[in-house]
Amino acid sequence: MNAALLVISFFLVLCIWLGLQARKGKNMSLEQWAIGGRGFGSFLLFFLIAGEMFTTYTFLGASGGAYRSGMPPALYAFNCFYFVIAYWLLPPIWRYAKKNNVISQSDFYDKKYNSPALGILVAVISVISIIPYLIMQLKGLGIIVSEASYGSISPNVAIVVSVIAITIYVTASGMHGVAWTAVIKDIMILAVVVFMGIYFPLHYYGGLQPMFEAIDTAKQGLLLFPEQGMSISWFISATIMTALAFYMFPHMLAGVFSAKSPKSLRWNAGIMPIYQVIIIFSLFIGFSAILQVPNLQGAEADLALFKMAKMSFDPWFVGVIGASGAMAALIPSSLVLTATATILSKNVYKVWKPNTSDEQLRSLSRMLVPVISIVTLYFTFNGGESIFTLYLMAYSFMAQLFPALFFSLWKKNPVTVQGAFVGMIVGILLVIYSTTSGTTLATLFPSLPQAVQDLDVGLAVLLINIAVTLGVSAVTRKTSIHVEEDGEQVSGMGKLVK
Amino acid sequence: MKKMIYVISVIPALGSLFVINRIEPYVLGMPFVLFWAILWVCLTSVFLMIANKLDPATKEEED
Repeated sequence: MNAALLVISFFLVLCIWLGLQARKGKNMSLEQWAIGGRGFGSFLLFFLIAGEMFTTYTFLGASGGAYRSGMPPALYAFNCFYFVIAYWLLPPIWRYAKKNNVISQSDFYDKKYNSPALGILVAVISVISIIPYLIMQLKGLGIIVSEASYGSISPNVAIVVSVIAITIYVTASGMHGVAWTAVIKDIMILAVVVFMGIYFPLHYYGGLQPMFEAIDTAKQGLLLFPEQGMSISWFISATIMTALAFYMFPHMLAGVFSAKSPKSLRWNAGIMPIYQVIIIFSLFIGFSAILQVPNLQGAEADLALFKMAKMSFDPWFVGVIGASGAMAALIPSSLVLTATATILSKNVYKVWKPNTSDEQLRSLSRMLVPVISIVTLYFTFNGGESIFTLYLMAYSFMAQLFPALFFSLWKKNPVTVQGAFVGMIVGILLVIYSTTSGTTLATLFPSLPQAVQDLDVGLAVLLINIAVTLGVSAVTRKTSIHVEEDGEQVSGMGKLVK
Repeated sequence: MKKMIYVISVIPALGSLFVINRIEPYVLGMPFVLFWAILWVCLTSVFLMIANKLDPATKEEED
């Protein structure tokens, strides 16, 4: 057993221990298990929600993207819209959830539109999007551990061992386990990424500016947005689309529900951007690799960070990097597991068998964790290309849930259940069609200006979704029962009086 | 008041969309396009903190 492996094993055991420890003194009701009993203050909430920005993407994707394509994917890692949306949208979502005892993302749609069927549709769309996301995290984890252990552990073994680990503590502690391990994970990643992001440019180039100048001389154009393809208009539209989808994921909303008060959500929105800036160090790592380990082709580019690390550090430190990388995959995965188990039991099973008691639901959610783990493992090893296609669609899928949620927060919801249904389904079908057929605005309208052709096709689909949602709602409004709007209106009026 | 808070909070997000696609001048060792992006992320934090301070809802929920 080498030093790297020892370090990784130590942190894995630490995670399990912390995860199990987190449940002490908690009476594990469904609300406790799924959303931490709505009791997380600003501190835990921060690590839970902000930590979602530090996944395997930060480790492999961001540095790999900068290595492969330079500035456009690098800047795409920063998204100011996340926070503005969080500031305005999350507090009203939280208030409604608290008032109406909403514990999952699908629950929210179910109760807002008074339609369990809509809850099921949302749950199905979410599970289809989130499982590929989980699988990509696990595949990333396999690569990280196998690289960091100098090949002494195969990716598949690493994946199986870590899935067993998170299954144990998620089943036992649910959201509490996720939150506490998230704290360790973020501290580790921060330390490791910041250190390498400063060290590599200094050590190999003598500073940041010399590094960028060297890259600019060697590879012209890599540090700028190109005229077409990943152009500025691609960047703007993709940024907006990603931000709209970001909080629609069931695990993100579960994180939001776990907050103690809307105040901590707003505070978080203000402090999170500073945290996002740290991704820049990951980009520096990727940039520094461009001239130091050239010629990594295709998927190998994602290994840029590890190639640099092995070239520069002792095995034990490579182990530390590997351990933080593994946690970068594990903690978001455990959050996803918790949220998925909750929507499947609460919003699918309970609709099918309405007499299920809360106590039974709680056991069911926990029993579902290992089942979801096994299904995920199966697809991780046997899914092939189709999983990657689904993963590419995940954000566009989740963005289709945005209109129905957004309009439902208005004082007078202009959207009916029928409108929400048709809008989502049309959106999803268009996303599937455009992704599988390779349709983009460029292939549809080759005569339009380049700036329009480069727009993210997901954003175009979203606009169609909004039009369809509002159109169908306008037609069905007269015949359907008015969707009641409580909670928000009351608190809104309270504000007016003040 | 509410309107002003809206405006304050949206400024940084909109600002981040004005990409200045140039390398020179380098600021803090970074190409300008990168520095500009980072600057707006930091400003988002500043503007949202101000909005949070001004927001009457923050005081209401003091509990």
